[in-house]
Amino acid sequence: MECVFGLVGDGFAIVAADTSAVHSILVHKSNEDKIMVLDSHKLVAASGEPGDRVQFTEYIQKNVALYQFRNGIPLTTPAAANFTRGELATALRKNPYFVNILMAGYDKEIGPSLYFIDYIATLHKVDKGAFGYGSYFSLSIMDRHYHSGMSLEEAIGLVDKCIMEIRSRLVVAPPNFVIKIVDKDGAREYAWRESLKDVSVTSA
Amino acid sequence: MSRRYDSRTTIFSPEGRLYQVEYAMEAIGNAGSAIGILAKDGVVLVGEKKVTSKLLQTSTSTEKMYKIDDHVACAVAGIMSDANILINTARVQAQRYTYAYQEPMPVEQLVQSLCDTKQGYTQFGGLRPFGVSFLFAGWDKNYGFQLYMSDPSGNYGGWKAAAIGANNQAAQSILKQDYKDEINREEAIQLALKVLSKTMDSTSLTSDKLELAEVFLMPSGNVKYQVCSADSLNKLLAKFGVAQPSTEA
Repeated sequence: MECVFGLVGDGFAIVAADTSAVHSILVHKSNEDKIMVLDSHKLVAASGEPGDRVQFTEYIQKNVALYQFRNGIPLTTPAAANFTRGELATALRKNPYFVNILMAGYDKEIGPSLYFIDYIATLHKVDKGAFGYGSYFSLSIMDRHYHSGMSLEEAIGLVDKCIMEIRSRLVVAPPNFVIKIVDKDGAREYAWRESLKDVSVTSA
Repeated sequence: MSRRYDSRTTIFSPEGRLYQVEYAMEAIGNAGSAIGILAKDGVVLVGEKKVTSKLLQTSTSTEKMYKIDDHVACAVAGIMSDANILINTARVQAQRYTYAYQEPMPVEQLVQSLCDTKQGYTQFGGLRPFGVSFLFAGWDKNYGFQLYMSDPSGNYGGWKAAAIGANNQAAQSILKQDYKDEINREEAIQLALKVLSKTMDSTSLTSDKLELAEVFLMPSGNVKYQVCSADSLNKLLAKFGVAQPSTEA
């Protein structure tokens, strides 16, 4: 089941997410990218109802882009996070989106930051955060091994520890993960951790 | 000829003019003037209060300067009743922005949103334009200190020094001559008072005919909007030697 987590390191923020598209007991696909590059220096890792997840993150992405076109300056990460929270809060009393979001970003004045936003429009600025069944394991692992000012190597090591723990302890563990990073040079994909590759019929 | 066009705000005359908008700008030419000067450590706004009657109770607060948000203030020239409406919408806009983003609204966006309102009244029929010009002084983290001037057509621009209201052209040309880049707030105040002393009708400058406000950063990094008290304004006038009747005017 879903595993989305992230942490802030020294000059960067990292988010990781499982890449399984699941419906009921069926796995439709195991290379579904659940981390959106929101703009040049922001990442949105989302979990929740798949339709809502795509719809809502695209809606936020397009609004952030519109802001930049209109005003010539990008939204800061805190501004984008508060905007996202506001949209979720407005939707909550009408027809709520079931999406939980980890938003990571890098701003020149602020540095890296990570925001925890859940589907009932809670907003927290955090150093580390997680959603989904994987959170029961990744949060504990991060509580034990996280410290402020982690280097990239340490942070990736910690992310791998979390993935390993999820794979070994969670009954319904997803096989594959994607890791993305945002720092002063922008938001980008960092790596995939795959234990199951798509295999073609002939080779199977 | 122009009779056919000047009663409608939304229709161009054959010469390509919008008479109602031009008349609105004319109306501002009669109002008390205001000057804004951008300094390297802040923005200075000075306004001329027109004393219409001895019997009129002069308001204890400011009547030409308004705080829009913690980081933006404006000076007004024109019809005050029109201005009050626009100031209210500007304040609402600023708060809406903070509500959405939990950050102060960038100054230019605030000016732009207000000018969009002004523009609307020059295009959508049946109404007259706002007879108001504004000087906006503010600070934001992207562009630092800023000064904007807007007119009834909805045009706006960023300025280093600007004048609106009565005699604004004379004031503008003195500013053009005497403005230097990199001046500080005190020099800006001195320049603004000097310009007003030359362009105002009255022979001597006193604190009851003037308003002075500043926007600057406090050591804590917070933006401060400060209105100069009558006492300290008198002291400033004496210090800069503009309290006496101006000989050059």
